[in-house]
Formats: sequence, structure tokens, C-alpha cells
Amino acid sequence: MLENYLPVLLFMSVGLIIGVVMIALGFVLGPQRPDSEKLSAYECGFEAFEDSRMKFDVRYYLVAILFILFDLEIAFLFPWAVVLEKIGIFGWVAMLVFLAILVVGFIYEWKKGALEWE
Amino acid sequence: MLQWLISTYENWQPVSGYLVHIVAITVPLFVCVAYLTYVERKIIGYMQVRMGPTRVGWKGLLQPWADMFKLLFKEIIIPSGANKILFLLAPILALAPALAAWAVIPLNATTVLADLNAGLLYVLAVTSIGVYGVIIAGWSSNSKYALLGAMRSSAQIVAYEIAMGFALVGVLIAAKSMNLGDIIVSQAGQHGFLDWFWLPLLPLFIIYFISGVAETNRAPFDVAEGESEIVAGFHVEYSGMAFAVFFLAEYANMILISALAAIMFLGGWLSPVQGWVSATWLATPYIGWILDDGFHWLLIKIAFFLFWYLWFRATFPRYRYDQIMRLGWKVFIPITIVWIVVVSAMVLAQVGPWWDRPS
Repeated sequence: MLENYLPVLLFMSVGLIIGVVMIALGFVLGPQRPDSEKLSAYECGFEAFEDSRMKFDVRYYLVAILFILFDLEIAFLFPWAVVLEKIGIFGWVAMLVFLAILVVGFIYEWKKGALEWE
Repeated sequence: MLQWLISTYENWQPVSGYLVHIVAITVPLFVCVAYLTYVERKIIGYMQVRMGPTRVGWKGLLQPWADMFKLLFKEIIIPSGANKILFLLAPILALAPALAAWAVIPLNATTVLADLNAGLLYVLAVTSIGVYGVIIAGWSSNSKYALLGAMRSSAQIVAYEIAMGFALVGVLIAAKSMNLGDIIVSQAGQHGFLDWFWLPLLPLFIIYFISGVAETNRAPFDVAEGESEIVAGFHVEYSGMAFAVFFLAEYANMILISALAAIMFLGGWLSPVQGWVSATWLATPYIGWILDDGFHWLLIKIAFFLFWYLWFRATFPRYRYDQIMRLGWKVFIPITIVWIVVVSAMVLAQVGPWWDRPS
């Protein structure tokens, strides 16, 4: 069972190695002639006014939190979907109740304006 | 000593076999990525009544190699304000999952590197790691454009991943398995391409592919790198091979999304005329091989979806960011939830012609 995952582990390592090797090749083959202007952060021709790690909109956090909620729900739905035929009507109704509760929350955040970007 | 060498070789033999298999997937994939960039420029060129690349080699066929060598010999610039380790780690984190997801893609009836029972779950998990590459790149660059691009891009990827996950739940209900090989086999039947899941799951199919376009940050959802607003988005500070790794990851992800769409909704390596051709035709050389199930059908279906990617890019103007979020949250998620309920009811009621067979 677990040995099925060996090729997956190998593939991930190969992917990491390919990335490392490509960047290393770039360093070996490419020139290295840094100067202070070249190394400054991209800005439209003038000095940066402030630090770039600035405040940003709180809605990005909101999206992240909503994502966790819904992704967790998907994680619940996955095993349910596979065995749906075995658990029959009872399992189906149980998941409908679960989905209904979630939809109530979804409507609430919709009405509260959590999904608005203007 | 010799004994020890032989025994280590025998212990490691499966590993070297797997490594050969991995190379046999990765190298053609890289060639595909290289020529996808060429085909993209050619097709978009012709759609805009231009020629596309014509100079390097016959009809510009060597263009991808020229691009590759150019990028190899460019300087990799690490901005002075950047966090060096994270800055170099980000492209690697973007590329590795885009490659590793190929481990579970079944290439034909018997060939798959890792025949995982949780194949689809693995794909969903691994492709989610890619967003770390984006956000780490944006943050570690210490540039406003990069940070803004990374924020936009990750919020968008995360929003569309939900719609995508719901669409996958629909596929799981229909196929009753998370194993990608089993998902393909459950689409086999006697009615040709009408047996595939694209027909009963049509809304999910459309939503899956559009979410896939949004996930890979391709036009018309490419606000992450909207060049008129934030230059190049999260990879604005990257140059040379560090940029090339991001580029490779993006195109490998496009091919991956196309392959998954082909497997889950268009029957993977199944022939579109399954059940319609008689056994005598299938036994004829050449014609029979083409008409029978096989790897070539998977390739054709992947090419079909990739063409859609390019067509979208040539056709649609860029979406505004609030429109993208509205589409993801307020249109796709409600539709997928409704269709999951419909599909699960259809499976339980054994509605034909897809689910009236005993499984």
C-alpha cells in the first residue's frame, strides 16, 4: 500500500532537483555584474517612497478564511462522494443537511458583503 | 564488497526503474512545454493575422531552443532588498508540484507511474502547493508590484480552487472512485463519446475548465500579471533561469489541467468511437490501432484543451478583478453545489444511460 507512494516521493524529489539544477545552471552560465541600480527593486524610474511590505486590504484575509472553510467542506465531501452508493439514501440526506447548514452560512456572508470587491 | 554492491543494486532496482519512468515522463513534458510556447505564438499570431515566429529554423521551429539558450545565458538578478533564500526557493516550489502531479496521470490502460487509490486527492493536494511559490515570490522580492501581483494571484487561485474542488466532487460521485484509472474505466461503454462524463456533468465540466484557466493565471484571468497595471506581477523581479522556472511551471500546469480535464470529463485514453466500431475493424492493422483506445487519444484531448487556452487568450479581454471574484464566489460555487445535489440524486436513482449499470 505505502510503497505505491515511493514513485510519488521520487517524482517530487526529481522536481525539486530539476528546479535547483536549472537555477544553478543559470548562475554558472550567466554573467554576474551587479550594481546598485540594477539590484534596486522595480519602480517606475524613481526611488521607492516607502517600504514595499506595506499594509494591504483586509479582504485578502477574508478570502483566505473563507477558503479554509470551503476547502474543509470539500475534504468532507470527497470520501462521502466515493461511498455514496454504499451508504444510500440515509448518507445522502445526512450530507444534504450538512450542505444546507453550509449554504446558510454562505448566504449570510453573501448578504454581509464579504464577497464584494469594489 | 561485490556482494554488497549487488545487494544494494537489487534493493534499489525498483527505484531506478521508477527513475527511468519519471525521466520518460519529464523529458517529453519539457519538450511539450517548449513547443507549447511556439504553438501559442503561432496560433495567436494567425488569429491576429500575423505570422508568429518565422526566423529561427524552418518556419521558426527552433524558436523555443533559441529562447532557452538566451535565458540560460542571462544574469540572474537578486534585488538587494530581497530575502535571498526565499527568493530562490519560490520558483522551485512552483515547479516541483507542477511536475509531481504527473505521477498519477494514467497514460493508457496499463501505464501509470503511481497507481494511487487517492489519486484525485493527491492531485488536488499537490497542485495547491503551487500557490506557495507565487506568494513567497511576491513577498521575498520586496517590491510593490510583486507583492500586489502575489496577493491578487493567490486570492484568485484560492477562490477558484473551491469551485474546482466542488467540480471534482461531482466527478467522484459519478465515478465512485478517486483512482484516476478507475475514473476513466467508469466512462467506458457502448455509446462512444456520449458515455463520457462531460454530458451528465456538463456544468461541472465547463466550471472545471474555466477554473483551471483561472488557477493557472492565464488570460482572461491574468490580472496577476496584468502588464498594464503591475508590470509582470509576482515574478517582476525575476530574470534569467529563475524566471524560466516560473515560466516552465505555468506551462506545465496548463498541460496538467488539460490532462485532468481530458481524464475526468473526456474519458482519458478511451476512444470516442468506443462500442461503435465492430471487432473486425479493430483487428485491422493501422485503422484498428487508431480507432482503438490508446495514448494517442489522450494526447489529442490534451491538445484540444490547450487549443482552448490559446483561443481564450486571443479572444477575450482581461477581466476586472472584482468581476473575477464575483464569478468565482457568486456564480461558480452556487452552481456546483446545486449540481452536486443533482448528480448524487441521479446516481442514487440510477438514472440511465450512465448509472443504470450495476457497478
